Amino acid sequence: MSLWVIQRDLLLAMRRRSDVLTTLFFFIIVVSLFPLGVGPEINILRTMAPGVVWVAALLASMLSLGRMFSSDYLDGTLEQMLLSPQSLSMLVLGKALAHWLVTGVPLVLMSPVLGIQYDLSADALLVLTASLLLGTPVLSLIGAIGAALTLGLRGGGVLVSLLVLPLYIPILIFGAGAVEASAAGLGAGAHLSLLGAFLLASLVLAPWATAVSLRISME
Amino acid sequence: MIWASWSDFFSMGGYGFYVWGSYLVSVACIAGEIALVFNRKRTLLKHLSLIHESTKQEKRDETTS
Amino acid sequence: MAINWFKYSSPASFYFLAGKMIPLFTIAAIILFAVGLYIGFFVAPTDFQQGEAYRIIFIHVPAAWMSMFLYVIMAIWAGIGLAFNTRLSSMMATAIAPTGAMFTFLALWTGALWGKPMWGTWWVWDARLTSELILLFLYIGFMSLQAAIDDPRRADKAGAVIALVGVVNIPIIYFSVKWWNTLHQGATVSVTQSPKMAATMLTGMLIMSIACWMYAIAVILIRTRTIILERERHTAWVGELRGMAQ
Repeated sequence: MSLWVIQRDLLLAMRRRSDVLTTLFFFIIVVSLFPLGVGPEINILRTMAPGVVWVAALLASMLSLGRMFSSDYLDGTLEQMLLSPQSLSMLVLGKALAHWLVTGVPLVLMSPVLGIQYDLSADALLVLTASLLLGTPVLSLIGAIGAALTLGLRGGGVLVSLLVLPLYIPILIFGAGAVEASAAGLGAGAHLSLLGAFLLASLVLAPWATAVSLRISME
Repeated sequence: MIWASWSDFFSMGGYGFYVWGSYLVSVACIAGEIALVFNRKRTLLKHLSLIHESTKQEKRDETTS
Repeated sequence: MAINWFKYSSPASFYFLAGKMIPLFTIAAIILFAVGLYIGFFVAPTDFQQGEAYRIIFIHVPAAWMSMFLYVIMAIWAGIGLAFNTRLSSMMATAIAPTGAMFTFLALWTGALWGKPMWGTWWVWDARLTSELILLFLYIGFMSLQAAIDDPRRADKAGAVIALVGVVNIPIIYFSVKWWNTLHQGATVSVTQSPKMAATMLTGMLIMSIACWMYAIAVILIRTRTIILERERHTAWVGELRGMAQ
């Protein structure tokens, strides 16, 4: 059921290709801005890299949260989804994963390239990509709750970030921490497993919470 | 009474600025919050009485006309 | 005689019940504050280690406790309001948020002012301070979401969802920040060794926290009554109450 939603959303995203690229370019620009601000000093950049890449990924995925439901909300398909016999949570799971595919995966693919900009070692790049791969779906899932709550509100974009950022903090800590731990030789196993735990927990809980929020917003 | 004099009570062993800084802000916050709550109540009652006045006025117009 | 608790779940009867309770709590708060401050400043001895600066503890710790408890209570009321569709519970949750945010800000402010003489800096990225800051963001998120939605019913329910999601995340945030802190700088600044609690210090702090409780309940009840009036303005009993008030 949610596969249908994912497939439909991907189709929609492909038609409006610009949406996909804007998020990606935002990510690239933000990551490239930091060295200009901080200076070309290599080992400062190297220690800063995971934090910068993760915060940029956080902001990029949050920028596009607003669009997750708004297009369907405006043309009424969201209304049909609520009325459909299919369980709303599965539909919402589909939409969140579609959002992840459209915004999360390009970031993950792009991060090694940007990592080189910060002169990260090979295994640090590997850990960075792995942590982003585990972390970005959680961003989309939790972000879906915020997007559903602020559906159709004026100033919704800013409000989503206010609601959702505090909830992103554990993911940011363990995501950036994974790379740092591997660089310090402690091994990133603990951090990545915790990110995996967040992923599983949010896969189960977030769609249900988003479904409740959608019903509230669409009353 | 462990303070020798009022002056060293206020100096608070050299930390007066920090101790009184935090207590003054606490009192300010609490007083501010109380003021906000009552202000909200007052404006609401004023607003309600305006509606009340206008509805009464309309009723009077209906009965007289 | 079985007390019919549900009688007070209707805004009208609760309005008058709260009206009778508010003076009690206000008086209790004033007395306890006076006693607590007296003990804090005049009875509690000087701390051998921190000198007089530790006296900030009498407002800092109660404020921190209050900020955490009030968020949990707000989430409980919001949850009840969402589950049972009782308007009054959601009104309580909405009324609690500003007081909780105020206590969180107070805890941060007094914490910073206490940190300056003790650790030499206004802000230390310690696990508890950071989670307190995040708690402030959660409060602000709740209040701004409710402010952004015009229809009160939707605002209540949306607020309830974000409050419940927030309360689930508080332990996660706390432990991840704790892990993050110990990993990074290794607890060079250990806040845990708080001053050896002399008896009077402890009693002073407990009295002050009870005083904060009384104050919080009084302010929250007043704000709830105002919200009840706001939302029930069209009902008959508010109209007749209005008539009396003139």
